[in-house]
Amino acid sequence: MRVPFSWLQDFVKIDISIEEIARRLTMAGLEVEEVQYVGLPLPSGKTEGRAGGHSGPETKTTGLAWEPDKIVVGSILEVMSHPNADRLVLCRLDDGEQEHTLVTGAPNLFPFKDKGALSHPLKVAYAREGARIFDGHSTGQELTTLKRAEIRGVESYSMACSEKELGISDDHEGVILLDEDAPTGTPLVDYMGDAVFDIAVKPNTARVASILGVARELAALTGAKLKEPSYNVTSKGSPIETLVEIEIQEPELNPRFVLGYIEGIATGPSPYWMQRRLTLAGMRPINCIVDATNYVMLEIGEPLHAFDYDALASRTEGAKPKIITRLPESGESLTTLDGEQRQLDDFTVLVCDTAGPLSIAGVIGGAETEVGEQTKRVLLEGAAWDFINIRRTLSAQRIDSEASYRFSRGVHPAMADRAVRRALELMRSLTGGTVAQGLIDAYPLPPKDPVVEITPEDVQRWLGIDLKPKEMAEILRRLQFEVETKGNTVHARTPDHRLDIGEGNVGKADLMEEIARQYGYDRIPETLITDELPPLYGNPDLVLEERVRDLLVSLGLQEVITYRLTSIQREARHLPPASPRDDKPYVHLANPITSDRVVMRHSLLASVLEIVERNAHVRDRIALFEIGPVFLGSEEGALPDEVLKLVIALTGPRALPTWQDTDEGRMDFFDLKGILVELLKDLHLENIRFEPHEHPSFHPGKCARVMIADKHVGYLGEIHPLVRENYDLPETPLMAADMNLQTILAGVPERYDLAQVPTFPPVLEDLAIVVEEELRAQEVEDQIRSAGGSMLVDVRLFDLYRGDQIGAGKKSLAYALTYQAPDRTLTDEEVAKVRGRIIKHLEKKLKSKLRS
Amino acid sequence: MLDRLDRIEKDAARALIAAKDEAALQGWKTKFLGRSSELGEIFDGLRELPKEERRAVGKRVNEVKTSLESAHQARLQELHHDSMMQSLREERLDVTLPGRPIPRGRIHPANQTLRQILAIWADMGFQVYRSRDVETDEYNFGLLNMPPHHPARDMWDTFFTNEPGIVLRTHTSPGQIHVMRERAPEPVRVVLPGMCYRYEQITARAEIQFNQVEGLAVGRAITLADLKGTLINFARRFFGQGVRTRFRADHFPFTEPSAEMDIECFVCSGQGCSICKHTGWLEILGCGMVHPTVLANGGYDPEKYSGFAFGMGPERITMLKHRIEDIRHFWANDLRFLEQF
Ligand SMILES: [Zn+2]
Repeated sequence: MRVPFSWLQDFVKIDISIEEIARRLTMAGLEVEEVQYVGLPLPSGKTEGRAGGHSGPETKTTGLAWEPDKIVVGSILEVMSHPNADRLVLCRLDDGEQEHTLVTGAPNLFPFKDKGALSHPLKVAYAREGARIFDGHSTGQELTTLKRAEIRGVESYSMACSEKELGISDDHEGVILLDEDAPTGTPLVDYMGDAVFDIAVKPNTARVASILGVARELAALTGAKLKEPSYNVTSKGSPIETLVEIEIQEPELNPRFVLGYIEGIATGPSPYWMQRRLTLAGMRPINCIVDATNYVMLEIGEPLHAFDYDALASRTEGAKPKIITRLPESGESLTTLDGEQRQLDDFTVLVCDTAGPLSIAGVIGGAETEVGEQTKRVLLEGAAWDFINIRRTLSAQRIDSEASYRFSRGVHPAMADRAVRRALELMRSLTGGTVAQGLIDAYPLPPKDPVVEITPEDVQRWLGIDLKPKEMAEILRRLQFEVETKGNTVHARTPDHRLDIGEGNVGKADLMEEIARQYGYDRIPETLITDELPPLYGNPDLVLEERVRDLLVSLGLQEVITYRLTSIQREARHLPPASPRDDKPYVHLANPITSDRVVMRHSLLASVLEIVERNAHVRDRIALFEIGPVFLGSEEGALPDEVLKLVIALTGPRALPTWQDTDEGRMDFFDLKGILVELLKDLHLENIRFEPHEHPSFHPGKCARVMIADKHVGYLGEIHPLVRENYDLPETPLMAADMNLQTILAGVPERYDLAQVPTFPPVLEDLAIVVEEELRAQEVEDQIRSAGGSMLVDVRLFDLYRGDQIGAGKKSLAYALTYQAPDRTLTDEEVAKVRGRIIKHLEKKLKSKLRS
Repeated sequence: MLDRLDRIEKDAARALIAAKDEAALQGWKTKFLGRSSELGEIFDGLRELPKEERRAVGKRVNEVKTSLESAHQARLQELHHDSMMQSLREERLDVTLPGRPIPRGRIHPANQTLRQILAIWADMGFQVYRSRDVETDEYNFGLLNMPPHHPARDMWDTFFTNEPGIVLRTHTSPGQIHVMRERAPEPVRVVLPGMCYRYEQITARAEIQFNQVEGLAVGRAITLADLKGTLINFARRFFGQGVRTRFRADHFPFTEPSAEMDIECFVCSGQGCSICKHTGWLEILGCGMVHPTVLANGGYDPEKYSGFAFGMGPERITMLKHRIEDIRHFWANDLRFLEQF
């Protein structure tokens, strides 16, 4: 919300600098995001005396200072044709010291051309030679210095400024025409120099969505006196009861409805001071009637709606109009002033007359009764609406407006009649109209302003500070609470401009916040928790997950973190084209923001393959892993299973390129398997088996599933060429493992026993056998181990040979065997006996032959 | 005879200097100390010398022999050293050639920061508590003091799912309710890390998913002053002992009073720059006293218990620390980005 400093000063006189105001508001929760100086001098760099010694600017500062000696109120005495240009005029101008001749093309001066000396001189913002202003023709705000020049044969050295040139708005259509009473020769900054605070309004501070609201806060924070606006109206018309009546059908949704009336108005433009304030506050001036309603809304926070009374009267053919607020009848619709024909929901509250709907309550007016240039009589509505219902309406109708912005955050019903009075008086003074006597005020459901009781013990318990009841009362009084102190207890009645204070416990917390804000967060001491320590709980899942991360990193893998949102098509790329999908339902977004992020992922493998793809053009060698959940919809419950997965991807050369000649080949299945074995060993898992398997994502001959004690925990293998072709990847083997980390970690033993460090020397021996090609290495090793018994402590394959020496369809496997006993040095005889047993066993079980 | 010995000694010393390698040294040894050397001859002839002369010459022979032997030893060592130096010189490397690159892994930067944050909180007695990404509307909003259509819901741009009442969590705060309900009436001190989601266009400044770390302390005597002290301690550990902080009032529906903790901008030292939006301060975390409604929803009587909560974003903090201009780098996972951490 944009708050002009001059407007604030109508309600609170404060003697601290603009920057200090911005700082105090920010600290108290009204975050000033920017201060825009509109004429007033910008702060010169640093300010001093800050708590904590911070010497910075605190608030973003922009804008333009108007030099007092260069930019003054000027008076155009006559507008004349330019001798050489139709699109330019010459002006005779008095700057309070002497007369000047200006050259300008401002279209709003053309109506005065060649009318002779003006009986009412035009007051303008006059910039003398050398004045620093914004360039009117640049797109942004660019400073320029006014220089002497010749324009079509006439010398020009000064000008009358547009709003853009002075940093008031983006408007460069014409020059500013000030109000007639502007004193010629006065520095413009003294006449209307200003600054605008841009304040972020939080959902709980709807009460400050007005100039008066900010003034209240500022008065409370600085101890300055608050001067409320006057709500008196001079009304000399007929009693309003003769003009209109009101019926509220849904008091819960419409607790108050106030009507006022003015006639004999003219809908000309507002005076410049009002236009300028509206502009600075971010609203566009329209005509004095609409401007007055907007002005009052900005000023005290209550949105108003103006009806053209004659348009209403014509709907009832002259009968006294009756305003009815109600829910729609079925099939009812309304054309709103934005030209849209709107379908109404059964909760949309309407303001109607006996002929039908006039406006959507608190949200948008109807086209038919809108105030226009011809309007002579105005019926003015100030009402209170249930803000939750307004919010539902806004989202159903997809509308946003200044009025609905306020109503949807809660406006106290007490503001309704004040706003109507204030606006009627403004309209009267601007247009000379006549106000009907009295107001129609239907107030079926006045809110109960909560009374909250708090004690110094509460303050100590929540805030950690000692305050006396008197001090608490003083703080709350500054915020206009009605306070009564009984003994130690402070009873505070909520003022009738705010709806954010609750009852009971909640009210207490609300008051704690008010006390803390006013007391100052920077004055709250810094202490550490003295409360008892909570019991500690183990976090084994997290500890193991982090251990896996560290281990994989130590094995040279880079961790990645990917989007957990994807699309079904995008994710399907991790399977060959036209493969069936898994049968679990997806979690679908109801409101996706982009078409490729619409479901929660099922496959972590697909996520990681995308990262391989992204990096393939910058790196030959890629070794990645991710640990993260997939989201599998479950039939029975509404929430999905969130299953923790681990994916590893490897591709490219085994070693990084170097200036030395060391080709270590490309990574293959066994590099990946090595990593997995290392990981599972590190977790002290036992009974790990890699079984040949087929999975559509993987090469049918280079894929295994991993079993841990008969539990299937994942797949690894070389990515199927058909899958690789789904991605923009080079034709080099790509390895991946897709593991269910949750299942793996669930099987990790809480403790494990160490093997003894041997004290007696081992006996080492090689054993080479020839077997059928189809026989799997795992089977051979299993058989060796089973025959070797406890003395055989290690079996390591060190050579695999196929070739002429052993014949086709055969392979030779050579193992390094380690024999050892914990309690003695083994003798040659003992070892020979075991070796003999192994060879015999293999011959019998595997039809193997010893290779000599 | 003694003169002869003196001469031998002198000759040997001179010849030793001329022996430039081990072979020459061997020749020298044969010549001056060998069986058939002149010294050997004198030694062999000692017996034939008259008794009175024999003693003096014998003594001198031994002297010369010892002196030649030790000179030989010294020279031998010298030659060894020289030849070793020679071969070391020949093995000299160009040490400015590049080192051999080792493939290595790293933790993702978001997780690196997350770990640092969690480690500091662990030291202060806050244990990790994790909960799910896909949540019920009730846990994400309702129980956190935001009934349906509550204006505060505007603060979160929410991803809804096709399943009514199911959302992607917009913050890790649902975990606050989970942990309180699990542990009430025990005191609680936890940190809640996790991925959160926001319905927002992906730009350099905004992501649809981001990590968050929240903290929650609930007990019988926890105050706003404790919150301030605890968070300032955290900031000192994380950003450095000298860090300046400020607390300003803010609003969150699930805390009251609420605050924002800013730290002085470390890029411009508080003078104002584009990183701190020309304020000299960086917003680091939001915090506040747990709202009585939230305490009650968690199973704690707000008349007896109080607590504080706070929340921060590891990616945002990482960005500030390393001046990363574009948040999209985190999930893009370009190795040229990741490998710099
Ligand atoms: Zn900065």
